[in-house]
Amino acid sequence: MSAGPRILEVRHNILKRNDELARELRDRFHNAGVFVVSLVSSPGSGKTMFLERTLAILKERGRRPAALVGDLATENDAARLARSQAPVKQIITGTLCHLEAAMIDNALAEWRLGDFDFLFIENVGNLVCPSSYDLGEDLRLVLLSVTEGEDKPLKYPTIFNTSDVAVITKADLADAVEFDAAAANANIQAVRPGMRVLQVSAKKGAGMEDWIDFLAARRESALQGKS
Amino acid sequence: MSIALSILEVAEEEAARHGGAEVEAIHLKVGALAGVVKEALLSAYELACEKTPFERTRLVIEEVPIMMNCPTCAGERPVHSLQRLCCVDCEAPASEIVHGRELQVTALELVE
Repeated sequence: MSAGPRILEVRHNILKRNDELARELRDRFHNAGVFVVSLVSSPGSGKTMFLERTLAILKERGRRPAALVGDLATENDAARLARSQAPVKQIITGTLCHLEAAMIDNALAEWRLGDFDFLFIENVGNLVCPSSYDLGEDLRLVLLSVTEGEDKPLKYPTIFNTSDVAVITKADLADAVEFDAAAANANIQAVRPGMRVLQVSAKKGAGMEDWIDFLAARRESALQGKS
Repeated sequence: MSIALSILEVAEEEAARHGGAEVEAIHLKVGALAGVVKEALLSAYELACEKTPFERTRLVIEEVPIMMNCPTCAGERPVHSLQRLCCVDCEAPASEIVHGRELQVTALELVE
């Protein structure tokens, strides 16, 4: 008589709730005309420095940037970024090693999206978990500093594959650490064919203007696509 | 860990819709590009279901290899590896991934 277990087919995306909320956020961002960029990298790759300079240059150009910064425990990064005079809010994740769409939604509650042209979301320093979570961003940047070595993309292929643009940071140290840019680029192309790669030194300013031009152009085309 | 909790959430929801049946096993599809390590998920799952109705529920993971839509071979083709995303037959780079991002609960085994 025993029929054994009954198989129930479900086909349910595990991160469906996050994906749905991310879609909603993306719609809200587009309607408000704000271009959203998220940043992922390992700890210490220079995300905060890069973002600090990015905010400052955008302000100089008369744009209206804002930033959300994820961190496990401290508010140090937000304090650093606030020097740019752009609105900055820290998201303390506690024990969670990545940001999720619901945290972005909560953090935005007191802000009017229409006040911004650009919103940056700095994820927790981690090259594994953030890759699974859509935050509603238009562009996901993965940062790789020259001090980390050229083979990082091969070690963490998923984060590179789910990102749109790779930014090689701390380029001013490239010679000192004998960074092989061609090898790094080949590794990036192996895990994410066709990926756009930018190289910058946030400290010395090299490549930063090009990056901001690229960003402004991407925002323009995203907004045109809206109509 | 939050993925393990989300799996239990899905299973709970579905089981409740079917009269609160006891769940013997949860079947998942996990793509190679989903950003999830099978072993890590299994141990997180074990922790997540401690002291819940799912304590004895097995997690069955089917790993899904990466498949690309190859522009030259005109069809779905496997890729060399996660580190070398190009067609195994013609080496064309994988610009369009058709499988490998799955992170899905596909079925539940319910105890009658």
